Amino acid sequence: MSAPATISDLVKMSSAVENCHLALDRIQAAAALNAFNTIDGDRALERAADIDRNRARYASAPLAGVPIAVKDNICTRGLRTTASSRILEHFIPPYDATVVERLHAAGAVVIGKTNCDEFAMGSSNENSAFGPAKNPWAVDRIPGGSSGGSAVAVATRMTPLALGSDTGGSIRQPAAMCGVVGLKPTYGRVSRYGLLAFGSSLDQIGPFTQTARDTAIALGVIAGVDPADATSASQAVDAYEGALTGNVKGVRIGVPARILASGVDPEISRAISTALDTLRARGATVVDIDLPHAKYAISVYYLVATAEASSNLARYDGARYGLRSADTDLGAMYTKSREAGFGAEVKRRIMLGTYVLSAGYYDAYYLKAQQVRTLIRRDYDEAFRTVDVVAMPTSPIPPFRIGEKVADPLQMYLADIFTVSANLAGLPAISVPCGFSAGCLPIGLQLTGRPFDESTLLRIADAYERDTEWSKQQPPITS
Amino acid sequence: MYYLLRMSGLSKDQVRAVAALANLELEPAEIELFARQLGDVLTHVEELKQVDTTGITPTTSTSSPAQGTAPQGVERADEVRPSLAIADVLANAPERENARDGGFFKVPRIIG
Repeated sequence: MSAPATISDLVKMSSAVENCHLALDRIQAAAALNAFNTIDGDRALERAADIDRNRARYASAPLAGVPIAVKDNICTRGLRTTASSRILEHFIPPYDATVVERLHAAGAVVIGKTNCDEFAMGSSNENSAFGPAKNPWAVDRIPGGSSGGSAVAVATRMTPLALGSDTGGSIRQPAAMCGVVGLKPTYGRVSRYGLLAFGSSLDQIGPFTQTARDTAIALGVIAGVDPADATSASQAVDAYEGALTGNVKGVRIGVPARILASGVDPEISRAISTALDTLRARGATVVDIDLPHAKYAISVYYLVATAEASSNLARYDGARYGLRSADTDLGAMYTKSREAGFGAEVKRRIMLGTYVLSAGYYDAYYLKAQQVRTLIRRDYDEAFRTVDVVAMPTSPIPPFRIGEKVADPLQMYLADIFTVSANLAGLPAISVPCGFSAGCLPIGLQLTGRPFDESTLLRIADAYERDTEWSKQQPPITS
Repeated sequence: MYYLLRMSGLSKDQVRAVAALANLELEPAEIELFARQLGDVLTHVEELKQVDTTGITPTTSTSSPAQGTAPQGVERADEVRPSLAIADVLANAPERENARDGGFFKVPRIIG
């Protein structure tokens, strides 16, 4: 019998304070993993004590007394929010993101802010101004990114739930690499109000948990329309937990064989095939599909995302908040604050985005990318006429060694090939643990669904968990 | 329109010009590094030239209205609503002037 660690376990515990102490102890014990930028222990304990004193008020709260972690690019009132950037090193938001408000209302206790790539730009967590988070399965390797710290927090049972943000795979890829469940909801399913914007047409907030059931609970709390985010969707929120029937009979799973032939680590390929066999044995049907434009997804993504980023990050100029250089000339204050405040990857992406939006290049790069984005969306629309979900590996490669790919950003970008399409098409996608490499590194199965059909993704993920033990594995660092 | 895509490598002067547009002041080593790395990415994205996009509408957003409803803008009544307290907003300012009637951000002199 393992220690209580899922939402379902912890909500049953009588003491929120005890839950909090347990979380803080685990964070302390694995401090070397650098999962947190800021720990808010005192206030978390105060809030937990308040919940314990007022249990009646939280009787039907789905997360009463559950400690949670929040990625450090999501605003928390009165709690430092840095986006892992020097430029916001001392920024204390005057308001809560809508997701944080909703989690509070559900009884959750925010215990700290997790490490990530600076402004969520990266796939390895190496682009953090506060040093990389480390993979608990092999501490010399990346945990994935950009939401690396959130994945580590859940994998090591520090908290049963952590929020991340996903612009091109930043929830799903670290979930796969740390052996936990990670969901990117449909664009618009979850409010982005209070998320520090990176690529506004791509960004979504989503949960990391150990099980599909916990993801269903968490999504039920954070999903829904928000007047503060005009892109949030008014569609009714499903009863996600009710969708976990274990029944996948007749579910049609499409596998885009052609794009998978383009270079997937053989151990990952085998784990995906075995996972599909497991689902087939439960009554699902697996069919070949084609996504003819999926191979262009990286090019489209890195043009669209950087263009949007170059605009979004223009606000960090040292005038109203954040780092300011001591220059007495306004122009120099802007440029020197940004030079000192941004790390290399952020500058690289601002440069690329500025270039592709600049006069004379807009049509050839940005407009062209948006047109191919339409074709990528249409491929999925076509596929969903015959299948319910699309299955792929989350990452084509296992977690690599810290420092291994720093010198070649393009190679790092190319490894996002299977995750970026869901953002470009606005679709929900989940990563579920589906095995380990011979070197004991986690592998993730990614399922992408129809818009607003998170229920089907969760139902399949939950059914798969019932037949396998992957989600119950704990990294050596926690034992 | 695709002639521009052929100029994939970036010169150091181009990098400096883009940096100026982006309000970034790069160090010489960064200019050299970015010229190469951005050139690599721009070479890679040339693959998009292979895709025929004649007549294809660009996707700017994947937000779509609920099924069966007509597309519409998101609007609200233009009414005064509570907002953040000015003092709270100014609390993060590198330099500020707190005044009883509101206060303001302070920046270096703009007009001589």
